Amino acid sequence: MSGDKMSDRILGVDRLTMRFGGIVAVQDLSFSAARKKITALIGPNGAGKTTVFNCITGFYKPSGGAIRLTHDDGKTVALERLNDFRIAKQAKVARTFQNIRLFPGMTALENLMVAQHNALMRASGFTFLGLIGAPGYRVAEKRAIELATDWLKRVNLLDRADDAAGNFAYGDQRRLEIARAMCTEPALLCLDEPAAGLNARESAALSELLLSIRDELGTSILLIEHDMSVVMEISDHIVVMDHGVKIAEGTPREIRDDPKVIAAYLGADEEEAAAVMEGGS
Amino acid sequence: MKAPSPHTAKTATGIAALLKTAFINALVALVLFSLMVGIRTEAGASGQLTYWTRFGDLASLVAAVFGGSIVIELLRQWIGPTGAENLVPPAVKSGVSFIGRYLAPALLIFTLLVPVIFYNQRYILDLAILVLTYVMLGWGLNVVVGLAGLLDLGYVAFYAVGAYSYGLLATNFGWSFWICLPLAGILAAFWGVLLGFPVLRLRGDYLAIVTLAFGEIIRLVIINWQDLTGGPNGVSGIPRPSFFGIPLDNSDDGLAARLGIEYSPTHRIIFLFYLILALALLTNWATIRLRRLPIGRAWEALREDEVACRALGINTTTTKLTAFATGAMFGGFAGAFFATRQGFISPESFTFQESALVLAIVVLGGMGSQLGVALSALAMIGGFELFRSLETYRMLVFGMAMVLIMIWRPRGLIGHRAPTVYLTKAKAISSDLVKEGHG
Repeated sequence: MSGDKMSDRILGVDRLTMRFGGIVAVQDLSFSAARKKITALIGPNGAGKTTVFNCITGFYKPSGGAIRLTHDDGKTVALERLNDFRIAKQAKVARTFQNIRLFPGMTALENLMVAQHNALMRASGFTFLGLIGAPGYRVAEKRAIELATDWLKRVNLLDRADDAAGNFAYGDQRRLEIARAMCTEPALLCLDEPAAGLNARESAALSELLLSIRDELGTSILLIEHDMSVVMEISDHIVVMDHGVKIAEGTPREIRDDPKVIAAYLGADEEEAAAVMEGGS
Repeated sequence: MKAPSPHTAKTATGIAALLKTAFINALVALVLFSLMVGIRTEAGASGQLTYWTRFGDLASLVAAVFGGSIVIELLRQWIGPTGAENLVPPAVKSGVSFIGRYLAPALLIFTLLVPVIFYNQRYILDLAILVLTYVMLGWGLNVVVGLAGLLDLGYVAFYAVGAYSYGLLATNFGWSFWICLPLAGILAAFWGVLLGFPVLRLRGDYLAIVTLAFGEIIRLVIINWQDLTGGPNGVSGIPRPSFFGIPLDNSDDGLAARLGIEYSPTHRIIFLFYLILALALLTNWATIRLRRLPIGRAWEALREDEVACRALGINTTTTKLTAFATGAMFGGFAGAFFATRQGFISPESFTFQESALVLAIVVLGGMGSQLGVALSALAMIGGFELFRSLETYRMLVFGMAMVLIMIWRPRGLIGHRAPTVYLTKAKAISSDLVKEGHG
């Protein structure tokens, strides 16, 4: 772990362990995510990927280990010590959910405005200035609408800005949720199975969107995904998990040819998995 | 387009399902009524228990339930709770939306003119003040229940805090209404926050039960803290409001004498009417304004999905607390008004029934809708008075009317949500999509 390596990694997960009662969902998991790169976390069902995500985004408190987020300015935040909303607010980690969690009764535009809550709260003088209609707040609100409009354009939903999010088709909801997460202007975007339930054309559009987020905005992305076509196409680095431990990591090409990964996906027995773990760490 | 017509889908299984539902309902009625109606017990002449059976009445009741459930089921299929909107022809629809657009301003103008039209009818003026008080309470609770989706069954506690704040400050220190009014609001908001801290971790039913308990605790404290509150005897001799320092009475420096007009007790009533109207409109204005601010959007987002809110960096605890405090503050204002109008307050005015009534107003009006809450307050309080001539059957008729309205409009009178911000055109959002919140 040399100095230059520290600066170009945004997320460092070190010996992360998560236990639920007697069940160990994640054990001694260590990996890092590079800055301005797309890192994918893959593995068979029940490998503990979403648990890792919930630890990183503050929905679970890890039983052990450290999660460090290093911002562009070199400031490091210990994510395992922050909880709940503070991870999104202070550490600037945004996430989406496996089962989409939009605000169905609010319009697409409103969804994106809610995402800018903290910035707008400050601008509205914690409601007091906003209530009397201070000009500073109006400017801030206009800017917020512009940012939201920009994102609606990017995800190709501008013409549906004033429709209720609950009425959107599944693929559109997925894209809107990503746009909403991006409206918080995150340093790290965590996507939990963004391609689930999308058809081939929608998956391709999603890949394009994620690549543009990486290349144009320089936002680092961490994603969980089952759709291998998406993972192999866009990932810079892949971490493979099985039964709560890391079994491999590397570039898409390396992962594709890794016998341990193939074994995990085709179903290796317990002893084999243990042997694989020994070899991997 | 997307949903098949309800009729085609239902006729196939219709009759069998219909009879099955009716049969089950009749069975439940049989079990319930067989003891309640079927057997009549009474104390006999020498104190022993006598009983006799009334199976004829029982049979007719069960038959009525059987027939009634067939009729209701048919009606439900005929109108359809949600399918109704698709069956209405476009001409009628545009007419309704035309009325909808002008209903609120028309209602406001009419309300402003009520004291002019009904100048000599004290009864109607008193009723109007009562209705407006409940409109204000409904609007206040709407912030908590309708926007933030937190089920509060103890709203009357804040009403009581407001009333006692004014009553005690005015009788003990002689402070004027206009100083006590904001204080009553602040104190109620303070109690809202104090209650909120431990309680807002709870969700749904649990929150409802704890708020219910809080409402009762406040009432019991008021009853038992006799030194301060006078206990069950209440606080009497609460000063009447003055017209910004000028008393509204028959004295030489009363408002009537100063204006050189003949004194009439109606002046005070009319002043009270406009006072509560102003307070209610303030509540409405603030709520409409808050909805368009980030805090209001966060309240609604909280109602829609709390987990997503946390993932977006919204502090859900403070957001809930502000909703609670805002609702409580309006309740406190209404309480201070209540105290000055009555001149006397006692714990009896702040029972759970008041909380339930205000909650019913909010739910009936359509959660989150300002116009809906105003209409349902009018319907509930005004309607209750309207049925006064029915005497004993009043509650029965009233309950029936509410059941019918909830079958017809399960999401309240005004079942649409208006977006708080738009790019090109504000489109009403169907209530089917809007969540009720989960605590």
